[in-house]
Amino acid sequence: MRTSSHRSIWTSRALTLLSIVIVLLIWEFLVRAFNIKQIVLPAPSVILKDLASSPWWYLEQAWYTLLMTLGGFFAAVIVGVALAVLIVQSRLLENTIFTLMVGINSVPKVAVAPLFVIWLGTGSAPKIAISFLIALFAVTIDSVLGLKSVPQDILDLAKSLRGGRFATLWRIRFPSALPSIFAGMKVAISLALVGAIVGEFVSSNRGLGYVILSAQGMFDTPRVFAAILILAVESVLLFYAIVWIERLTLPWHASQRGH
Amino acid sequence: MTDERCSGVTIEKVSKTYRGVSDQETVKALSEVSLDIAPGEFVSILGPSGCGKSTLLRCVAGLETASTGTIRVGDTLVKEPPEKLGMVFQRDALLDWRSVLANVMLPIDFRHGRRSDFLPRARELLETFGLADFADSFPSQLSGGMRQRASICRALIDDPQLLLMDEPFGALDALTREQLNVELQSIWMKSHKTVMFVTHSIAEAVFLADRVVVFTPRPGSIAEILKIETPRPRRLEVRGSHEFTQYVDRIRDLFADMGLLRESP
Repeated sequence: MRTSSHRSIWTSRALTLLSIVIVLLIWEFLVRAFNIKQIVLPAPSVILKDLASSPWWYLEQAWYTLLMTLGGFFAAVIVGVALAVLIVQSRLLENTIFTLMVGINSVPKVAVAPLFVIWLGTGSAPKIAISFLIALFAVTIDSVLGLKSVPQDILDLAKSLRGGRFATLWRIRFPSALPSIFAGMKVAISLALVGAIVGEFVSSNRGLGYVILSAQGMFDTPRVFAAILILAVESVLLFYAIVWIERLTLPWHASQRGH
Repeated sequence: MTDERCSGVTIEKVSKTYRGVSDQETVKALSEVSLDIAPGEFVSILGPSGCGKSTLLRCVAGLETASTGTIRVGDTLVKEPPEKLGMVFQRDALLDWRSVLANVMLPIDFRHGRRSDFLPRARELLETFGLADFADSFPSQLSGGMRQRASICRALIDDPQLLLMDEPFGALDALTREQLNVELQSIWMKSHKTVMFVTHSIAEAVFLADRVVVFTPRPGSIAEILKIETPRPRRLEVRGSHEFTQYVDRIRDLFADMGLLRESP
């Protein structure tokens, strides 16, 4: 059983890789066959050549964006979970904080981004702040859901063991909410990356967002594509990093088994 | 014979009224229930679904407050969950993220006991219930019967003065249920805890109990209390005996009188 499921995992991974290669080959072929201008759509080979011409420079930009993303993400996780814990404490806090958050969330955060440059300057702070703001809501809403959906008999059990509010939160509600919190984190990590890029669009001289914007100004389309490619890879890696941490943290969780 | 640390339960004229959907509308779940349970006694609370038998148990556990009347566990008036209370729920209420052993140890963690003082007892309990090999498994890896055994171990770990069981075997298949009845009887005979056992199975109630308290439909009140004289240990075959079937028939007659059991016309 085990070996056959392992084999099927490797087969499906190989198929994914193969499909990507095939798409790239068709892309390359079409660009050459129809003689499409490089400024409109560069061939994959051209993009790769551009990447290979200055790999360390690209890596530096990707690293900067990664740091901004992680800064915003971790801030969002810490603040988001803390807010969720507050929100589930009382009806009053739920009506105030949660309603306020829904209100704030309905404002398109990209539109507020320039404000952060006014407030926080042009350094790393506004990028992290925007990334944080965009990722926050996903963490909070899933954490609230998780903290609230503890089965009644388990809450009764905690009460029958004379568990106080803190003990029940720490020993029952929080571990029980972890799968939901991780679900929120999986959404938040992608959003945090979006936030970091938006921050770099607004004002920056570093990072992949800056690379895209400055290359666009010079109609250097291969460079735009190269930056987008790195972004896509970064996004996928970040997502799977969360999945991996979840697997380590929640070996008991049902969605982790039998796959 | 009886453990000195065990407590009796004194229930005096307990009624419970719930507020209904609208404020004017009320639902009466329990009506003037009075019952004395001796220390070390095994009492089954038997009644139709929704008769308030679980409500009574929850009031004794301090999970709900009686609208009128008083409940004492030992000498203490119940206002909050009593100290050293063991509870077993219909669905085992095991924590998915804890191993079986860690689940059994939960009450110790809640009252900040020293883990090392109770680990031998936890392992011994798991051994008794045939779960020794599953101490490090997660609950999701266990069958329904094994999960409920683990939750009984958890209820017993802190040497409770009172064991409250709310239809603990209601979700199990018939075979596992009978097996667990036998195991529960044997562990009770060794420890002689005071047990309140809520069930809607007549055979289970009679098989396990010193006394069966039969409830009327809602609002629940006590219709009759039967003393079960069958000597222990009771073997499963006892269910076929004349004495046993007489008890069962007596209870069936009671339910028939309440209009709960009718022959088809």
